Amino acid sequence: MGVNPAPPAGPPDPPPPADLSVPGFISPLQSALPDAVTQVSYWVGDWTMIVATNRLLDVMRHLRTAQEASFDACCDVTATDWPPRAERFDVSYALFSTRHRHRVRVKVRVADSQAVPSVTSVWPSANWLEREVFDMFGIPFDGHPDLRRILMPDEWQGHPQRKDYPLEGPGEMLLENPMDWLRLRYEP
Amino acid sequence: MTVNMGPQHPSTHGVLRLILELSGETVISADATIGFLHTGIEKTAEQKKWQQVIPLVERMDYLGPQSNSLGFILSVERLMGIESKIPERVRHIRVLIAELQRISSHLVWLGTHALEIGAVSVMMYCFRERELLLNVNEMLAGFRMFPSYLRIGGLREDLPPDFHETVDAFLERFPSKLTEYENLLTKNQIWMKRTRGVGVLSKEDTIAYSLVGPLARAVGISYDVRRAFPYLGYETYEFDVPTRTHGDVYDRYLVRIEEMRQSVRIAKQALQRITPRGVFDIQDYRIVPPPKDKVYTEMEGLIQHFLIYSQGFTVPPGEAYVPIEGPRGEHGFYIVSDGSNRPYRIKSRPPGLYACQAVPKMIEGGMIADVIAVIGSTDVVMGDVDR
Repeated sequence: MGVNPAPPAGPPDPPPPADLSVPGFISPLQSALPDAVTQVSYWVGDWTMIVATNRLLDVMRHLRTAQEASFDACCDVTATDWPPRAERFDVSYALFSTRHRHRVRVKVRVADSQAVPSVTSVWPSANWLEREVFDMFGIPFDGHPDLRRILMPDEWQGHPQRKDYPLEGPGEMLLENPMDWLRLRYEP
Repeated sequence: MTVNMGPQHPSTHGVLRLILELSGETVISADATIGFLHTGIEKTAEQKKWQQVIPLVERMDYLGPQSNSLGFILSVERLMGIESKIPERVRHIRVLIAELQRISSHLVWLGTHALEIGAVSVMMYCFRERELLLNVNEMLAGFRMFPSYLRIGGLREDLPPDFHETVDAFLERFPSKLTEYENLLTKNQIWMKRTRGVGVLSKEDTIAYSLVGPLARAVGISYDVRRAFPYLGYETYEFDVPTRTHGDVYDRYLVRIEEMRQSVRIAKQALQRITPRGVFDIQDYRIVPPPKDKVYTEMEGLIQHFLIYSQGFTVPPGEAYVPIEGPRGEHGFYIVSDGSNRPYRIKSRPPGLYACQAVPKMIEGGMIADVIAVIGSTDVVMGDVDR
């Protein structure tokens, strides 16, 4: 068995291909809230907008209410952990419009223990989803009505989906620095 | 009075805990607690090779296992860019399996739902037909519950002999049996009194709680992923998307019954398009194992065999999400790859989680006896909710 490679910092978001037309709701959003969307990218079949964390709520309200967007369902909220990065978490929101039948992914990047504004005021369904992200990644959500653990027991320590959380559980090492686990795993 | 219901209550479809605040027999407020069946499948999957994740995700929603693996496979195939190279025949087989899976899942739902409301005999009939579908799984893969028959890049092996006859016999038999269940329930006074006007969720609330699938179609939202975002060539199949308007337990029952009829319709069309023998994977031996005669006779085949079983294959860096219409609604896997031979992150979109979240809203203001009926009508599977 070879040595594990260094922990990845995540693939760069690819720009949309030139021959693809940008969906109609993106440019009104960019003109209504300039500098809120830092990047528009296109993964295989999915449009993704990377948004500044402090403008997230404005963007989401716009996407919910604007006629041409009307994203009335928050399909999913989840996160990905890229430990080497300073802003190590990608929090991504999958939105869907039952009226226009289109979807988009909105992403914010946050550092460890940096709070993300909660979108529960925009979509009630985000309630449990944000609780799950909080439980699994330890990302706090500002303005969430009931931010408790949801899948793990209330008294649990640590956040299991973080990359530095060992698969077999923290065991006796629980109170030590979790970044040590990452070093053990990735260094020869 | 505060009543604790679950997590070990037999009617909560697994381990859902409800804390009910009662006034007499009326539910004033409710709080749902989940997580008792959390097994960390998403975390475990990060340690497995891509192909090894399939048996894991099948164990999430254990009543519709092949819908889970189908959602996962489609996401991976899209990220790998091999979506368009999947042979036509494989797509039709996948459609057939997905529809049989939907019938099988709905049968368990109908049986347990009716059992909880008091129609015990319906369960016996439903499980009789489900047994035939489990036999089909056993024919396909030798495994009745979690066949892992769908693979990235195709299928595990070709269809077994007599597959067509077996499935055809089932599809011929099933519609009349469905009428039999309907005779027992649809016009049954007791059933109607227990279900009509119970657990009503308005259209606005349904969208606010992001419920898609049978629960949304019962309030008249005609959204079906198979129509809105066709995958596997569903646009070439003829079927209707049944909708109702009241959004109560009875309408959810009618929607699912009609869905089973439509599934039979799709399955019959799919079966006609499948040849008994033929190509069953993309025949790119960097992704699927080479046939055994090549492994035993050719050097290259042997190398490919060892590579597949020792290192697996890599998936280009990126992320993908392909929604599918599972038995419980929109289901899909958001997958992230860092370019290695293991997933960096997978996240299921479990339709049951959203239904569980909406259960307190549905039962507040109703009678405590209706709580059971409402939970049954949402068709939650706790393995899917907690993962």
